[in-house]
Amino acid sequence: MAEYRKPIPQPTPETQDFWDGTKAGELRLQRCSACANVYFPPRPFCPKCASRKVESFKSSGKGRLFSYVINHRPAPGFEADAPYAIAVVELAEGPRLMTSIVGTPQTPEALPIDAPVEVAFEPVSDTISLPKFRLAGGAK
Amino acid sequence: MKPGSVAIVGAAETTQMGVIPEMSVIQLHADAALNALADCGLTPKDIDGVATAGASPVEIAHYLGITPTYADGTSVGGCSFMLHVRHAAAAINEGLASTILITHGESGRSRIGAGRFGGSPASLQGQFEAPYGASGPPSMFTIPVLRYMQDLGLTHEQLAMVAVVQREWAGMNPRASFRDPITVDDVLNSRMIAYPFHLLECCLVTDGGGALILTSADRAKDFPTKPVYVIGTGESVETPMVSQMEDFTSSKAFRVSGKKAFDEAGIKHSDVDHLMIYDAFAHLPIYGLEDLGFVGRGEAAQFIWEGNTRPGGKLPLNTNGGGLSYMHSGMYGMYALQESVRQLRGVAPAQVPDAKISIAHGVGGMFAASGTIIMSNERP
Repeated sequence: MAEYRKPIPQPTPETQDFWDGTKAGELRLQRCSACANVYFPPRPFCPKCASRKVESFKSSGKGRLFSYVINHRPAPGFEADAPYAIAVVELAEGPRLMTSIVGTPQTPEALPIDAPVEVAFEPVSDTISLPKFRLAGGAK
Repeated sequence: MKPGSVAIVGAAETTQMGVIPEMSVIQLHADAALNALADCGLTPKDIDGVATAGASPVEIAHYLGITPTYADGTSVGGCSFMLHVRHAAAAINEGLASTILITHGESGRSRIGAGRFGGSPASLQGQFEAPYGASGPPSMFTIPVLRYMQDLGLTHEQLAMVAVVQREWAGMNPRASFRDPITVDDVLNSRMIAYPFHLLECCLVTDGGGALILTSADRAKDFPTKPVYVIGTGESVETPMVSQMEDFTSSKAFRVSGKKAFDEAGIKHSDVDHLMIYDAFAHLPIYGLEDLGFVGRGEAAQFIWEGNTRPGGKLPLNTNGGGLSYMHSGMYGMYALQESVRQLRGVAPAQVPDAKISIAHGVGGMFAASGTIIMSNERP
């Protein structure tokens, strides 16, 4: 691929499992073994009850388009994409995450709030794949 | 804090406002500090406490020749100065210092001696937000608003009206950067920055600074200025990632900070004569009015549309023109506090007749933090 100039995540010990997951084509969340809370971003304890007994699991990768902006002033590396949507998706399991919506025009008409979405991974380096989303059932 | 036990006796902004390429960041702090000292007849040697954000209190104390017994470097974004006022009040009551200087200076436009924005790619924002092309506040602070529109019926025209009303106030302020009247159509026809936000719904980027001096209420009567008593304070923080805020239609930090301040002051909303809500973007007064409890959920946009916050309205809001029209250096909270002080001293360019109680409510980061200060020109 052409040189990738956008920011690339640098995993920490606490997030390595998440990024291993995206590399393997899985969107992993964490669940508290004590109170069953499902949360994101990853950390080795439950943000609700503080238990250290937590586990990682593969999420459905499905959710809805919760909110977004269409950015007309691109961040460094994003010049060719502008205007582009910066979205927040709410997963079926509850947590929300920032993401991009791919495979669809970056317009308000093409991006209805609450539209169902599903995860699509984009490799950006040898070790990192970003979780992005496409409209469910839509054209690739 | 104990309501009314501490007062703001010195308050000033930088001599110039707007575009100040002849001053670096630290000199903007110092220019405002020297003006605030002159305002209340003090010199740096009278100051024994220093608080600031962005810069370190060490830099400011040394630059001004102050040897403090109290230093507060709380830096949670644009509302840091509200937190500094709150902490200073507690510190004065506890005897940690007697006379505390709070400074702000930022070369937002000219970038003289200014630092860089952005964090490590290993931070949570670096891993989970930056890769998607979020490029600072215009494309991040704005992200919750389509959700608000969907859930509570806010229209594009109502959002634009926030900027229109604030320009009316700016038109009365000779120091405001933008003073010409605008219409809803002007706002909606201005350049798109981050849909649904147009240029005129985003704050200015300017240079400037401000400083406050606080001391005990008992000492305040010895100063030449009219004391502005701190009667209620609140603060809170929520999340460094806007994508993780609990409710996209309401700020938890706003609600917690506002309630704490109202409870401390023991006042009702109807007692408030004047209100400042930090407006980095046009949706913030809407969230602020609702989260502080001035109106019900989903009612703020209509409240503004009907003229309640404009000149002559029942709740004068952002009377300096706000971050949308007056100035916005990057951390605007200081200017909201300055306007509250001017209103309670009775010297504001767009003076609210007989204002006795004012609130300055600030935001830090992208709904990351909040601080609320309630002030009165009458000691409770």
